[in-house]
Amino acid sequence: MNGDCLGELARGVVQRALAAGATDAECTIAEGDEFSANVRMKEIESIKEAGSRAAGLRILIGRKTGSSYTSDFSSEGIALLLKSAIELAEVTTEDPHAGLPDPDELGSIEGDLRLYSPDVEQLETPVRIETARRAEAAALEADPRIVNSEGASFDSHVGRHIFANSRGFFGEYRASYCSVAVAPVAKDGDSMERDHWYTLARGFSGLEPPESVGRTAAQRALRRLHPVKVETQRVPVVFESTVARSLLDNLFEAVHGMSIYRHESFLAGKLGEKVASDSLTVVDDGTLPGLFGAQPFDDEGVPSRRTVVIDRGVLKSYLLNSYAARKLGMKTTGNASRGLTGNAGIGHGNFFVEAGVQTPESILAGVSNGFYVTELMGFGVNVVTGDYSRGAAGLWIRGGELAFPVSEVTIAGNLKDMLLGLDAIGSDLEFRGATAAPTLKIGEMTVAGK
Amino acid sequence: MQFSDSVFASRFNITSRDLESWLAEALSQGGDYADLYFEYLLTSSISLDESIVKSAAQGVSMGVGVRVIVGERTGYAYSDDLSPEKIRKAARVAACIAAGPAKVDKFDLQEGARHNLYPVLVAPTETAFAERVDLVKRADRAARAYDSRIFQVQSFYADNLRYVMIATSDGGVTFDRQPMARMSVSALARQGGGPPQAGRAGGGGRVDLDYFLTDHPPERFATEAAREAVVMLDAVEAPAGETTVVLGPGWPGILLHEAVGHGLEADFNRKGFSAFSGRIGQKVASELCTVVDDGTIASRRGSVNVDDEGHATQRNVLIENGVLRGYLQDRLSSSVMQTGSTGSGRRESYAHIPMPRMTNTFMMTGESDPQDIIRSVPKGIYCVNFGGGQVDITSGNFVFSASESYLIEDGKLTRPVRNATLIGNGPEALKYVSMVGNDLRLDEGVGTCGKEGQSVPVGVGIPTIRIDRMTVGGTA
Repeated sequence: MNGDCLGELARGVVQRALAAGATDAECTIAEGDEFSANVRMKEIESIKEAGSRAAGLRILIGRKTGSSYTSDFSSEGIALLLKSAIELAEVTTEDPHAGLPDPDELGSIEGDLRLYSPDVEQLETPVRIETARRAEAAALEADPRIVNSEGASFDSHVGRHIFANSRGFFGEYRASYCSVAVAPVAKDGDSMERDHWYTLARGFSGLEPPESVGRTAAQRALRRLHPVKVETQRVPVVFESTVARSLLDNLFEAVHGMSIYRHESFLAGKLGEKVASDSLTVVDDGTLPGLFGAQPFDDEGVPSRRTVVIDRGVLKSYLLNSYAARKLGMKTTGNASRGLTGNAGIGHGNFFVEAGVQTPESILAGVSNGFYVTELMGFGVNVVTGDYSRGAAGLWIRGGELAFPVSEVTIAGNLKDMLLGLDAIGSDLEFRGATAAPTLKIGEMTVAGK
Repeated sequence: MQFSDSVFASRFNITSRDLESWLAEALSQGGDYADLYFEYLLTSSISLDESIVKSAAQGVSMGVGVRVIVGERTGYAYSDDLSPEKIRKAARVAACIAAGPAKVDKFDLQEGARHNLYPVLVAPTETAFAERVDLVKRADRAARAYDSRIFQVQSFYADNLRYVMIATSDGGVTFDRQPMARMSVSALARQGGGPPQAGRAGGGGRVDLDYFLTDHPPERFATEAAREAVVMLDAVEAPAGETTVVLGPGWPGILLHEAVGHGLEADFNRKGFSAFSGRIGQKVASELCTVVDDGTIASRRGSVNVDDEGHATQRNVLIENGVLRGYLQDRLSSSVMQTGSTGSGRRESYAHIPMPRMTNTFMMTGESDPQDIIRSVPKGIYCVNFGGGQVDITSGNFVFSASESYLIEDGKLTRPVRNATLIGNGPEALKYVSMVGNDLRLDEGVGTCGKEGQSVPVGVGIPTIRIDRMTVGGTA
């Protein structure tokens, strides 16, 4: 079935749902081809290649909702898809806020978002394998202490996304990505440490050279050898940009419309208030071409946009889909996100911290005794209370310089205090995925060790 | 089950001869081994929030994964279309990992052995929806009735029914019908104008719907979630630094999953980058510790009759009286390491390559009275519930996050403490286990383990244990 046929199928499913008694309907179809090659110790370890597709349906009968999905596109399969969703609308409860976006909210942004690059599909398999092999070889050759490797991978995906609803919206777009990742293992005496590095882009030509990925990965693993478990203390904590991103994941959960109307976020009810240091501005922008958080419309058919979430420390907006917006008496921010089935959830576009002016080096230079975090572990963040406690590894800062590796410690505090305590924001903003943050420094946190 | 009774024969008209011909196609370029993994999956889910059943969904997915192994290399392709030409095409793609003449052209498939751990006649997925919707409504009512300070409740119910068929070039064909059901409840409590606190609970397994109508009713999970939320209203800051930790029985067994389980998966050890690599026969825990991974416990979430490579699951001793005994093996790692499979080859779906995974991982019961264990601690914390955990296989460092714990002062439980992450090092942490309780308990059945992007259901268990030294990541 080609793309046009899938578009017809989506529209047809919506029409048939209405004919079967639904008062509204939304149909999502996703299809894609994935490829993955793994190379380890210079040998091919695995190659995986396949295509797949599936359709999801959500219908409303009045204010009651039913959902279904299928990977069976036979006429029997589609009939079951329709029957399941209608049947389920009978068992759910009337929800006064259930519904689709208003017709005037629907639409798609103009212009080419550069989500699709034909060079990904055109790439020959040997080139893909060779790219991974080169990345790993560069890591293995970087230093005699790189003695082993978890391997290197080349992954790619090319897909098509189709969405139709009963209020006249129809949209589709193609997207592609490819990535190279390598995870070398460094060993010296009793100490063994691994780390990784990667590059990803919408097109093959956008990838960084595999050799530089490999060398960076090797340096990251080497600098972790012979770590120390430090004494428990309160010190300034500097987040390397790679882990500063994770703070955005936490912040996203805290401004997520559903967390807000359920009062399960420490930022609920704080709109217009100062919640962070004056230097912090956080933006969600689904319209930045070529980046991983861009899309022409969200998963309810609302155009993507730019939303300033925190403006110089003041909370300006939550991130909403149409349901959360109706619950809160606001307007959707075009952040609906969903898999194939169920009600729309909320997702972010390109969600990032605006770059500051200080270089990472100058931020470190200002710390006499502190912790530079390069890795975080575990799930110890509670956005209801803001309590934050995570496993960490990185390098100790002495006299403004990176002195020795540290591991098997935790960092803890509360997100409320951490946001207000941000006292330096780096200039090194770089997008490696849909979230991005530069180097961030927090005035003081508890490091628990010995 | 007979081949002719399987959904793959009845609905898709697949015959034994078809399987043989696709296996031959998969080995047409000279692979050493090939297998076909067919999956037909029915799922349902119901979610309630703010006392409204906001979503009910059901779905069908199906597909076949074709794997070809040559030496240590794997070729993999899958199709979500079960027509013969698409399956043949997937076999041809997977075959390309090898480059040589076909070695085998004939198979005589025989049905392989499997357990019968979940003899569920009618799977929850096959029941009327209304009955299952009632479960989430009952949970909501019970959580709200527990305490007037509960102001938000979410309850969620999901089940699935998975049919699998695995045909291997070794000549085995295995079928399984795998039911699964799970409930979870989360509650938020608030006191006056203070900040809210959350509590969570849930349970399930490879069970029929009666499980939730008799011994494990929704009220049980609901009151447990509500209780935790209310308890946490009085929580004080958790200590920071090394202290004595007592783990309560059941779900805190996640310690074993992170500290030792992952590090003992054979793929990491075959490749030599696990902190446990080359340590078989060495002491990695106190002699009070015997740790087992057992995929054969009836009705458990982590159990399967056969693993996803067609091997019957088994009981594997990982650590015996503190000494490392064995790794969890799948087909590829065990053939390279020249041992047998331990029935640990698992995968998320037909779209995924199998690898060694845990099933139900627990510590054998000990002799101490759990009350004596708490009484023995002058200063420390007692952890009874956890969120997730994570491990760095290579350094061995692991974390797990306590969601309900209490200060121990002079042998008594005093105040609840706020969420804190515990961190330790796998091959070292269990050496500090100084007491093991006589109260082994398995978890309620909600665990999902992620590895290299693949999620599979697992179980954990542990008796009450005392760990003399572990770093607690609080702020006090």
